[in-house]
Amino acid sequence: MSLLTSLARLRALDEGIAQPIATVRHCHLADRPMVFIPLKLSGEAAAPLAAMLGADRDRPRLLVVAQPRNRDLRFAWAAELAGVLLPYVEGFLRDTETVERRNADPYERAIDAPQILVPNRAGVAFVRLLGRSMRFRRADGPYPVPESVPLLGRWLTYFAERAAYPGSSLMPAMTEELGRHWASGQSGLEDANLAALLAWITTGPSDDAEDPLIWPPAGPATDPGFDAEVLAPAMESGSAERVTEALRTQLEPSWRLMWQAIDLLAGLEEGAGVASRWEQDRGSFSGMAAHVAEGAPPQPRRDGAVAAAARLARMERAQAAYDAQRAYDDPLVMAEHRLTGEAFAGEVVDTDPGNTEGEGRSRKLRPLVVIKTDDPVRLSPGTSLGTPQRRAQGAELVSAGEGLVTVKITKGMGRGRTAAPGAVPEIGERVCYTSLTDDFQGSPALPDAEATPWTHGGPPREYVPDDEDAQEEWS
Amino acid sequence: MNPQHRLDVLRGVTPPRPHDARAIAALAANPGCARRALMDGAGVDKDAAARHLGFPAPFGQSPFAITRGNVFEALVKADGCAELLRMLRELLGLPVAEVAYHDVENVGAHLRHAHTRTLIDRAARDEHDAGTLYDHPLLSLEIAGHTAYLEPDVVAFQLGGRFHIVEIKSFAVIDGQADPSAVAAAARQAAVYVLALRTLLEELGHDPLKVSHDVVLVCPENFANRPVASLVDVRRQLAVLRRQLTRMSALDRLLEGLPDDLTFDLRPDDDGRPTRPVAELADALRRTTARYAPDCLSTCDMCFFCRDEARQEGASDLLGRQVRDELGGVASVAEALGLADGTRDPAAGQEEIARLLRNAERLRKECLT
Ligand code: SF4
Repeated sequence: MSLLTSLARLRALDEGIAQPIATVRHCHLADRPMVFIPLKLSGEAAAPLAAMLGADRDRPRLLVVAQPRNRDLRFAWAAELAGVLLPYVEGFLRDTETVERRNADPYERAIDAPQILVPNRAGVAFVRLLGRSMRFRRADGPYPVPESVPLLGRWLTYFAERAAYPGSSLMPAMTEELGRHWASGQSGLEDANLAALLAWITTGPSDDAEDPLIWPPAGPATDPGFDAEVLAPAMESGSAERVTEALRTQLEPSWRLMWQAIDLLAGLEEGAGVASRWEQDRGSFSGMAAHVAEGAPPQPRRDGAVAAAARLARMERAQAAYDAQRAYDDPLVMAEHRLTGEAFAGEVVDTDPGNTEGEGRSRKLRPLVVIKTDDPVRLSPGTSLGTPQRRAQGAELVSAGEGLVTVKITKGMGRGRTAAPGAVPEIGERVCYTSLTDDFQGSPALPDAEATPWTHGGPPREYVPDDEDAQEEWS
Repeated sequence: MNPQHRLDVLRGVTPPRPHDARAIAALAANPGCARRALMDGAGVDKDAAARHLGFPAPFGQSPFAITRGNVFEALVKADGCAELLRMLRELLGLPVAEVAYHDVENVGAHLRHAHTRTLIDRAARDEHDAGTLYDHPLLSLEIAGHTAYLEPDVVAFQLGGRFHIVEIKSFAVIDGQADPSAVAAAARQAAVYVLALRTLLEELGHDPLKVSHDVVLVCPENFANRPVASLVDVRRQLAVLRRQLTRMSALDRLLEGLPDDLTFDLRPDDDGRPTRPVAELADALRRTTARYAPDCLSTCDMCFFCRDEARQEGASDLLGRQVRDELGGVASVAEALGLADGTRDPAAGQEEIARLLRNAERLRKECLT
């Protein structure tokens, strides 16, 4: 957390309402998102209890395991879940575009991709475990399950893994997404409660939000009091209907909150980099779909060492790119870097648009710009700079001191003897320069390797699930 | 008045509550909190106190989780810990044919601690002793100058005079990985037992290092009930625990500034219902200094009461450690905001944070208008 966010939190606490920490939306919001709120049985690793899900806010589907310890009922639930999620996911594979690539065959990329929204990070973790518990099952053999179950397991695994990828919007955790855009007046720990965080953003803090009788937890864990007083007796009664209705009371409030949160995010204008990150998501999704279609085996139990290292490196790059993009897209995020001296903004007070370097044929146009700033610049001469105002340009810091910074534009000036109109900032214009660079831009045409690590140059041996995997107990 | 008596007064008429390792690990996590140190030192039932104050703790355990935990533990311990023994053999590479099994719980509660001492002493003395599993040993630990008895929910394994603490937990290990926060909590708790057992050995004149810093963690594997054991090195947790325990001010010192008759007694009636006026109890508690942090929300029964107090005081602690660290010691929200908008002059030593806050405020204003 930055000091800027800390200050916003203090202000929120003082004013009794959350404060914005972003001026644009940094995540993609699908036209037809799927909201998915899974619940698990307390004390178990991955025993599903229920889920409320759907792409239509007026018609949520409620799927319940009336006796979570019954293996057959669990797999029946998994098959039902597959019956809702798979058609949604696969529906996006119909319309594709052909993407040309350098040094590789062109590939088909889905025009749009599924977006499955879960309430919180624990929800993503549970999706991962659900995926793990399903993907090695088989439709034949001693413990057969419906064919859709292992397939769903692979997709859930994919979505949960992709959720860890910085800047991906395929499976956002709602509290995280909200927390990227608003600072509440409570701690990060308390922000994990969807009802509490939303209360801060909309009406101000409310003790009701922490009362499980008014706002049941948004899963995957249920309220222990509910377990003891309502759920356990309902299960004992043997009435599936009673269990279902009990669980409905726990899920419906969160369902409403999820859609309220979607509306809040939709109210923000989309950031400039969102589309290109979503394009990456679409590529990754298409890669995964192709992988499944080719009949490749399910994701391994664990990444091999090399794959894990490659994955880590990829994630780090993605994180850096995501941070930089958000700063370029959003002055309030850039302000964090201005505060630490890695960026500065101010008014242009002087320019030399005709400045050149070199002689004869190697003579190049290198316009100079002098900016007056109140920011504490901590950049040394020679540092390469970029600017959100002219993203194609590169610049270099010449000197800084006493509130004046001189920069030299070094890239993107073209070959002409004079600068094209508008290429050099005019006196009086407000500009911002930063040492952050967004070298993310090099790769968006490629499908994300993450989806296909073991087909495209992924060094680890293929994981071939055996009978033991398929028959693994799920008690 | 002697300190023990003062602590008895603090607690009132109810018998002291035993400590569980979880509470001690949490206590050590917030060593600066005098309120908690006093309440725990006196053995006050914090859960009951919080409930009576109208701030019941947000912890509850689901009956499903409890059942699952019990079933798993019973499975591991069935037939004199046969399954546990099998795992220990593999894990520690021991040529153990057969081991004795002592359930210390079988002796009366008042004798259990003495009994534990005798058993451990005998084992530590005899290097050729066959392996033994001690179930429910009652260990104690010195906390802030007072003896705290630990809830005996652990197994100690001894072979050839070497001891291992065994913890049975019901969170799953899936593909060799478990929820890191659950493992961390288990390691912190196990460290409490390792320290307690080492202390006991030392008291008995044995080498405390006979207790291994590698604890045996037994969890269900993947999605089934089958147990799997792994070794967890708790040296780091031990070091932290030791440091925190020595940092905790002695209770005697904490008692010094307090009135002699201060009490957190709930004055239960014959049916055990508290009759103490709530405002009076709250006042008594406010006499002690708390050190609220959001972590309290998962570790201390008093958390909602203390959070409410922090809110009323406008303490920046409410926002969490990260924010507090960012603010470099500016403790109140009003003070920090005053420095940010320039309505308050920085005190000595606050110049740097004040400059940063003013800058941050300027940037936020510029971007949001
Ligand atoms: S909740 Fe209160 S008493 Fe408990 S540790 Fe935190 S500050 Fe201390």
